Amino acid sequence: MARTLFDKIWDAHVVQQVKEGPTQLYIDRLYCHEVTSPQAFDGMRARGLKCFRPDRIFCMPDHNIPTHDQDKPIEEPVSKRQVDALDKNALEFGLNYFPIMHPKNGIIHVVGPEQGLSLPGMTIVCGDSHTSTHGAMGAVAFGIGTSEVEMVLASQCILQTKPKSMRITIDGVLSKGVTAKDVALYMMMKMTTSGATGFFVEYAGSAIRSLSMEGRLTLCNLSIEMGARGGMIAPDEVTFEYLKGRAYSPKGEDWDKSVAYWKTLKSEDDAVFDKEVVFDAADIQPMITYGTNPGMGMKITECIPNGDTPSFKKSLDYMGFKEGESLLGKKINYVFLGACTNGRIEDFRMFASIVKGKKKADHVTAWLVPGSWPVKKQIEAEGLEKILNEAGFEVRQPGCSACLAMNDDKIPSGKYAVSTSNRNFEGRQGPGSRTLLASPLVAAAAAITGVITDPRDFM
Amino acid sequence: MKQKFNIISSTCVPLPLENVDTDQIIPARFLKATTRDEHFFGDNLFRDWRYLPDGSLNPDFVLNNPVYSGEILVAGKNFGSGSSREHAAWAIAGYGFRVVVSSFFADIHKNNELNNFVLPVVVSDGFLKELFDTIYANPKAIVEVNVSEQTITNKSTGHSEQFELNAYKKHCLMNGLDDIDFLLSQKDKIEEWENNNASK
Repeated sequence: MARTLFDKIWDAHVVQQVKEGPTQLYIDRLYCHEVTSPQAFDGMRARGLKCFRPDRIFCMPDHNIPTHDQDKPIEEPVSKRQVDALDKNALEFGLNYFPIMHPKNGIIHVVGPEQGLSLPGMTIVCGDSHTSTHGAMGAVAFGIGTSEVEMVLASQCILQTKPKSMRITIDGVLSKGVTAKDVALYMMMKMTTSGATGFFVEYAGSAIRSLSMEGRLTLCNLSIEMGARGGMIAPDEVTFEYLKGRAYSPKGEDWDKSVAYWKTLKSEDDAVFDKEVVFDAADIQPMITYGTNPGMGMKITECIPNGDTPSFKKSLDYMGFKEGESLLGKKINYVFLGACTNGRIEDFRMFASIVKGKKKADHVTAWLVPGSWPVKKQIEAEGLEKILNEAGFEVRQPGCSACLAMNDDKIPSGKYAVSTSNRNFEGRQGPGSRTLLASPLVAAAAAITGVITDPRDFM
Repeated sequence: MKQKFNIISSTCVPLPLENVDTDQIIPARFLKATTRDEHFFGDNLFRDWRYLPDGSLNPDFVLNNPVYSGEILVAGKNFGSGSSREHAAWAIAGYGFRVVVSSFFADIHKNNELNNFVLPVVVSDGFLKELFDTIYANPKAIVEVNVSEQTITNKSTGHSEQFELNAYKKHCLMNGLDDIDFLLSQKDKIEEWENNNASK
């Protein structure tokens, strides 16, 4: 039977099919951060185990770390304890480790592709739902729980039921001001946050192919927000060009051999998916969310729709919005550029392109947080930092930051934040915070006007 | 955490909201614990719905309503979406729930519940609606979940449904075994796979 891209990678990693049960799958790469790993390492110690394949495991703290003064000890004792635990566990179990201030440190889902650690054809897991990001490289990548982290630490394997397959095809040319983030928010609006639950998604079509590697990473990152187990894009010249010469990418003869194999990683023409969904690129506009799940989004020029469920009403109450209302011109308080969704160099280029030669609105607090140290260095090297500074913005040090507010970067209760992150759940960016998810372009436009603004006004 | 599972017969706690995400089940600021302290997570289950900003109990939230109690949480569609945090499953288990009933679960959270000996039971929309009606009409109504038979029964109406559970996981639940026990017994197969794929 003709196989999909997902089938090819999955099949190549099946150790065995458990009788009347799940599949035992071999995992090429496990990433660990400080939040979802300590209990897994404790479990290993309690069972007296060593890691089965420590060379395949990479650890780095990202969730709790401050985005300033990283050379000083973490002030908050509970965050410090968690980061210290990862330091200790990585050392004790002999794992690859990029600690705070390490030149390769950053958000795991930015670092993996950036260092050439996440490669086409791999199986990749991490105790983090946004592990779906790495699927952009043409890998099977998905988030897991802490018990599953422990399984991989102990055996380099995981037990999983094979998900159903979905292909989302978007053909056509993306309009001015439309980024990968808008494509994702548009899909979530159409699919809802559970529309792809139980499925592994392959993105296809000319609009997807036209995305840069950074854009593809943004798109796959958000697969989980439609409920998908993961999302992936068949590797092509864009992928190979991105990976060539990266620290952990194959070199020399190995590179040629790898590319030859990677070129076979695509769905056969007659492969059958359990579900096919098609969208038209021309219908996608700059997007913004108005509610408390990422599926509650709309085109930035539209009005908030009507809804009749208690959940919908609770959501609008929380946000302080009304049905039928336009968000354009609404005053906002915070802007956050960053996260595993939009913390890459291209995101900073987009943001800078809008704010160049202008000034940040006085009442807006803006946090610009690169996804990794290499991104931060590149922002400086390309002269973007100067542009941003002149417009009244400061570039902070890398980490997950205000995406989930585990460090000091918390949006105060009742305040509105235009955020390039991935979730607008109640309290996600701090208790009582009100999040409007959007692209770096929309965030930049709001940062200079102080109100929700269509970024095309500045393009 | 590991426990043997077969028949659970209990009153239920109703939470009819849809799309309950894991940030609501346990907010991120409680993820800083480095141990699996069940009491800590159980005490903070649904923290921001359960408590008002001033720290007092929110009288409108179901967990604070003494009328409802039991080992079964009955929740609206798409329960456990969002973050992969297993802390959400620890909080549910720590609070004392052993079964969560919904018409739809997010994938990662569903696995996390199973790995913590909390059973996610998927029922039809119709069964769920009737169950909510039953609980609201009589908070003492009993629901029975039978793992070996894979059935859930609304004792008040007598209506019953089958739920899915693969034979492997059922064996694990009924015997108090987890996946790591199994994987550790499969080392030879893993090494065989590695030898066959060494050239890649």
